[in-house]
Amino acid sequence: MKEISLHILDLAQNSIRAGAKNIVIRVLEDSAADTFVVSIADDGCGMAPEMVKAVQNPFVTTRTTRKVGLGIPLFAAGCENCEGSFRLESEPGRGTRLTGTYRRTHIDRPPLGGIADTVAMLISANPALHFRYEHKRDGCAYALDTEELRRILGEIPLNAPEITAFIIEFINSNEAELESMEVQKS
Amino acid sequence: MKTLQELEAIRQKTLNELNLRKNREDGIRVVVGLATCGIAAGARPVMAAFVEEINKRRLTNVTVSQTGCIGLCRLEPIVEVYLPGKEKVTYCKVTPEQVGRIVSEHIVNGSPVVEYTIGNFE
Repeated sequence: MKEISLHILDLAQNSIRAGAKNIVIRVLEDSAADTFVVSIADDGCGMAPEMVKAVQNPFVTTRTTRKVGLGIPLFAAGCENCEGSFRLESEPGRGTRLTGTYRRTHIDRPPLGGIADTVAMLISANPALHFRYEHKRDGCAYALDTEELRRILGEIPLNAPEITAFIIEFINSNEAELESMEVQKS
Repeated sequence: MKTLQELEAIRQKTLNELNLRKNREDGIRVVVGLATCGIAAGARPVMAAFVEEINKRRLTNVTVSQTGCIGLCRLEPIVEVYLPGKEKVTYCKVTPEQVGRIVSEHIVNGSPVVEYTIGNFE
């Protein structure tokens, strides 16, 4: 995976398959601490402790446990290769939270990449679920929350093409804004 | 910068088309494989290209959705197209550049782009 946003798209599929209704994706950058933290939290079915261990090993994949595979090990290895860490917390019936930390300025840290496409595709393919995406960098932050969109849009489904186009533009322009604030500071 | 205020205008504009969409029973489905293998092979830009092309052509009877790994990881990105009353067509190693032809020839005009289909790979 060449972009962190591709990992996010991949890992969110686990949440969807776990039956989650609410999925919160957070990107937290801290230039003073030199960290780049990605977290994905869901209220899906969760996993028992032995499963939490198993999914972090790519070689225990079996056909009957379909949600197990390469997605989590790839992401975890990417974080650890950048002097970061990976944490997986889960409880049956409560949901799952994945947290990956990279050293922000590590030469191998992938770019966030096309996060607008990731979030827009997730929403457009799963219009009934609640997604929240937050991006915070030092003091600046913004969020896109499908609950807010729904309140304004009423009966219009979130996968209407006009709405997908809006979500992409909304995220791209806010990401650019975050970028420009950093330039101003330096 | 884009703000949520603009959504209200989009809502007004979309309402009319919404009724059009609701009344369509003959929906066409485009399903993109979005598991680890598909994403690593480039499924996200392919899915984005389908959504964009369908929006551009204002095709109100087409939905784009996603599925997991179907066990043909080496042929990803895989896209399945379901036309009502017809057999499913499976496209393999799809690139965003191919999406325009699939939409115009298959989804709009009903004849699959045979050279991109699974029969050409297996």
